[in-house]
Amino acid sequence: MEQFFFFLFAAGAVISALLVISRRNVMHCALFLVLTFFFVAAIFVLLKAEFLAAVQVLVYAGAIMVLFTFVIFLVHIPRTEKIRQTFRQKNLALALGLLLGLEVAYILYGTMAAPASLPAAAPVGAVGNTESFGVALFTRFLFPFEVVSVLLLAAMIGAIVLAKKEIDR
Amino acid sequence: MNFVLPEIDLGAIAPQLWLTATAILVLMVQAFVPLVTSRSLALLSIIGSLLSLVATLGLWGQEAVLFSGMIALDTFSLFFNVVFLLGAILTVLISVEYLEREQIAHGEYFALVLFATVGMMIMAAGVDLIAIFIGLEILSLSLYVLAGFMRQVLRSNESAMKYFLLGAFATGFFLYGIALLYGATGSTNLDRIFLIAGERGGWGNVLVMGGMGLLLVGFGFKVASVPFHMWTPDVYEGAPTPISAFMSTAAKAGAFAAFVRVFLYSLPGLAASWAPLLAGMAVLSMVVGTLLALVQRRNIKRLLAYSSIVHVGYLLLGLLSGGTEGGASVLFYLLAYTFMQVGAFAVVVYLGGQGEDDLSLARFSGVAVRHPVAALAFSLFLLSLAGIPPTAGFVGKFYIFSAAIQAGHIGLAVVGVLTSVVSLYYYLGVIVFMYMRDPVDLPERRPSAALVTALALAVAGTVEMGLFPGSLLDLAQQSVASLLGS
Repeated sequence: MEQFFFFLFAAGAVISALLVISRRNVMHCALFLVLTFFFVAAIFVLLKAEFLAAVQVLVYAGAIMVLFTFVIFLVHIPRTEKIRQTFRQKNLALALGLLLGLEVAYILYGTMAAPASLPAAAPVGAVGNTESFGVALFTRFLFPFEVVSVLLLAAMIGAIVLAKKEIDR
Repeated sequence: MNFVLPEIDLGAIAPQLWLTATAILVLMVQAFVPLVTSRSLALLSIIGSLLSLVATLGLWGQEAVLFSGMIALDTFSLFFNVVFLLGAILTVLISVEYLEREQIAHGEYFALVLFATVGMMIMAAGVDLIAIFIGLEILSLSLYVLAGFMRQVLRSNESAMKYFLLGAFATGFFLYGIALLYGATGSTNLDRIFLIAGERGGWGNVLVMGGMGLLLVGFGFKVASVPFHMWTPDVYEGAPTPISAFMSTAAKAGAFAAFVRVFLYSLPGLAASWAPLLAGMAVLSMVVGTLLALVQRRNIKRLLAYSSIVHVGYLLLGLLSGGTEGGASVLFYLLAYTFMQVGAFAVVVYLGGQGEDDLSLARFSGVAVRHPVAALAFSLFLLSLAGIPPTAGFVGKFYIFSAAIQAGHIGLAVVGVLTSVVSLYYYLGVIVFMYMRDPVDLPERRPSAALVTALALAVAGTVEMGLFPGSLLDLAQQSVASLLGS
């Protein structure tokens, strides 16, 4: 049963991801991207990672997509539809993509052939998923968690510097 | 629910804290003190960097792993801290005049330089791929913005855009590599990865190999080695000149710090697999970089960009040689390179003129007549980059090539020596223009005190490391020995 749902969601994710890159209308692309995010969130639920599923929906399907749609509103869509995509390295990209696909297939095959080489999955604790996540964040990963604030500060300052109309000084 | 906070030892990360505090202070001062000049903000940044340097030296000799195995305090990271701070201080010094000339003298510039330096320090100290990744991102984000800091200039926008897009891809590769290694070992900790990759590495465990390969791509991009170098000339050309200097020295040193730690410390068990790849990257960087540098006459910044690719080739050769010798040669070379490369860019800042619309070699014709001191300093830096004794560049190259020969990479060392010989052609080309052509009309100008200080520091470093390399090389060897535990 679980496997059936996994394949359902995985197929959904792949198909909507393909639609993201093949539709001409940017708005449609963005909406299919939301769909992809939802399928991935569903897979997280299957893996008993409810917290990640919630984050996936809130952050990706929510916040990031709002950003995407804002940008799309700002760009003149009818004009972008008329632009012909130039893609001169098609053959090279195809060959390299195939090569990469083969490599990924080989990695998958090699890993599945020797499952012993993989570490055991961390047990899902008796305490809730979210709770163990929070504990890890404030104990083992305290340093990265705090340092990310520097990253965000630098990003904020950078965005303001680049976007501000006039730096009066 | 038990909840035990890890031990928090703020003293051990004092260098990072000083810099972060200074960066925030610079922003606050700019916001709340009316009529504060960019010069005083630069001074503030330098004082903060010096405090951080003092903190670094105060920690010297201590060894500890902190914050539940996230970052390490060892001589290796402290040595790199010195290199980063030196790069940052020199960059701030050569920025003062440039920023005023280009009318982009805002405090955010200095704050971002300091934040980038914090990122490098975290990269150099990180013993967990998560910490290294966050350090890398702090560094990269700050650099994206700094590259586009001249918002009114198209070149600068292009530079930031290119760097951002390609950098985002490289980050993707890097992160995917971390994910695969995590999948294979169940940990992002370098010690754990070392144990498991050594035990179960090799082609049997493709997940580890895939992760390693992707990390190699990520690092290859960040240090700008061929075939991941395409962005380098455009980005260095468009970015503000002091930032080009910063990117090609300190930022590169940051990437190399993590590169050395991950590959020599955590993945030596897989050396049989990564060594051929690294050798390929080293040879390609040396040869392609040299050949492309030969034809750069249009813009001195592009010439220095291609030459920086060649130097990455040498550094990769040192990394490939491995062990204490190879690692130490990388550390020594990075320090030497910081002096000579920032020095060269400092002269470009001095002679550039507003807008820097013409930086072709022809502009440097007869500079020796009008600006004899600048021409002399520039010649010194170029000769050092080419590896002429008695300069830092010569000693650095000597150590790298001898480490390579000791490790049995004789063919690669020969390629290195040959490309150095060829590289003389384009370095001497600039000197020929400066000394043997008739002078062009260069506007009269006086260098600011900051620029003179930076030039003096760079000259002193280049000469000192060339004449008395012994103690610094010992220091580099100690640092790598502390990392490799031998």
